[in-house]
Amino acid sequence: MSRTSPTCRDPERMEADAIAAARSAAAGQQAMPSPLLSARGVTLQYRTPHHIVTATWRVDFDVLPSDRFILLGPSGCGKSSLLKAVGGFLAPAEGRLTINGRPIVQPGPDRMMVFQEFEQLLPWKTVLGNVLFPMRATGRFRGREAMERARDMIARVGLAKFADAYPHMLSGGMKMRVAIARAMAMEPDILLMDEPFAALDALTRRRMQEELLGLWDQLRFTMLFVTHSIEEAILVGSRILVLSPHPGQVRAELNAEAFHHGNVDQAAFGALSKRIHRLLFEDRGTPT
Amino acid sequence: MTAIDLSSRPEFERSPEDFSNQDAVERPLPLWERAWNSTALRRTVLLVLLALAWEAYARLLANPLLLPSLTETLEAMVRDLESGLLVRRTLTSLNVLVLGYAAGLAIAAVFTTLAVSSRIGTDLLATLTAMFNPLPAIALLPLALIWFGLGVPSLVFVIIHSVLWAVALNTHTGFRTVPETLRMAGRNVGLSGVRYVALLLIPAAFPAILAGLKIGWAFAWRTLIAAELVFGASAREGGLGWHIFEARAQLETATVFGGLLVVIVIGLTVESVIFRAIEARTVNRWGMQR
Repeated sequence: MSRTSPTCRDPERMEADAIAAARSAAAGQQAMPSPLLSARGVTLQYRTPHHIVTATWRVDFDVLPSDRFILLGPSGCGKSSLLKAVGGFLAPAEGRLTINGRPIVQPGPDRMMVFQEFEQLLPWKTVLGNVLFPMRATGRFRGREAMERARDMIARVGLAKFADAYPHMLSGGMKMRVAIARAMAMEPDILLMDEPFAALDALTRRRMQEELLGLWDQLRFTMLFVTHSIEEAILVGSRILVLSPHPGQVRAELNAEAFHHGNVDQAAFGALSKRIHRLLFEDRGTPT
Repeated sequence: MTAIDLSSRPEFERSPEDFSNQDAVERPLPLWERAWNSTALRRTVLLVLLALAWEAYARLLANPLLLPSLTETLEAMVRDLESGLLVRRTLTSLNVLVLGYAAGLAIAAVFTTLAVSSRIGTDLLATLTAMFNPLPAIALLPLALIWFGLGVPSLVFVIIHSVLWAVALNTHTGFRTVPETLRMAGRNVGLSGVRYVALLLIPAAFPAILAGLKIGWAFAWRTLIAAELVFGASAREGGLGWHIFEARAQLETATVFGGLLVVIVIGLTVESVIFRAIEARTVNRWGMQR
């Protein structure tokens, strides 16, 4: 595995750089904003007791401000590992991750994370306490201002009546709303969402997707959203990064700005869905 | 047999009934059922039954030297309470207990912090716990007497020994079982070091920590009474254990029972009042424990 060496600069790598350069040049022509988050040749590896497993292989992407950027791929493509690396929980074995030009070295409240599990809420704090917690713990917002922000965000996710309830009294969808409110109240540079709706039932999931989009319409935050559902990727995302399975490599980057719950039944939606399906599964003999 | 046309069934829609009249949906339970749902009431009934059984058997036996009745025991207790003797003895015991318990908790905190922050710390705690946890505190008493002589320091030493390992072991187990997602949620907002332990690990591991505190308390209390029985005799101001020992020497069985009752009552109070209150306000309210 001489290719894993970080010093190695093989032609493929230079090509990737050239593409990135060309892309940013093209972006310059259209007066595109500079990327908020950028990944360059990110290889992620993690250790099991007996092996070093490569999760992603030289992944490049740029997330622009107010993007709803989707990481899409089958399980085992390292999309969650990528999100964790952006969160600062996992250091890349090779490559660079930068946010606003600064390299990512450790977790921080500028990248608030919403996890898939419901247990991400602190059980010893009420809904209000949970939303207040990061603001107070970081000292970013204090006293009355923190309280007002928390109440405002809780109202925006429709939980004003439950502000004093403890997490164990809430349903899965409500816990997810609290987690989103908690993250949003911090005004992070980017919101990291790790399959946030995967553990919800189909009806709740759809409502949460609509609510998330509604929230985005109001606040225009940037988010990096991991999912394994093609439909969810097209509905929620403005741009979709399709990753190939194990180890994850960039398969395609597609636009999905035009699609929402209102036009799920249109031909273009189906075409994009088929295209992604082909990108994900054509390598295999039999589609599953 | 004719084929049934499944699509021939009519479709229909209904609007839901109006349930704004709450009475129809929710009705209070009958009074006796609500009363029987109170844990306090059920336990009081049990205690009263036990007390009656004791009184009846003691009167049947009619041998106050072996088994004084409940009334005789209570009389002896009231007598000692009125003279202030029992209160002084109890306070002496509680004073030593609080000293030992607090010192034990402080040392346990140090060990657990070491254990969560490094692998060698974990090994240290695991080894020491394996060695000392099974060792009865009373077995250390002769050593304590050699090192610290008669008196409070020896008692505190054995109490620390009985509290420390139970609390440290439980707390450490609690810390290790905190879910990864919660840990990441904490680190995500930039918590680290002492703030991470205080704001995240301790509340998240609170059910286990509380279990450790309860076990530690029970160990400390019984160790203290036993130690006082062994050498309270020459301490200037004896505790409850000494009170029991002294009464036995004078064959005042009712006083022995009175002393034992105080030991039990204090144990019950701490368990069912103090720890219950802490549980109700923390782990029960947070839904971590039913």
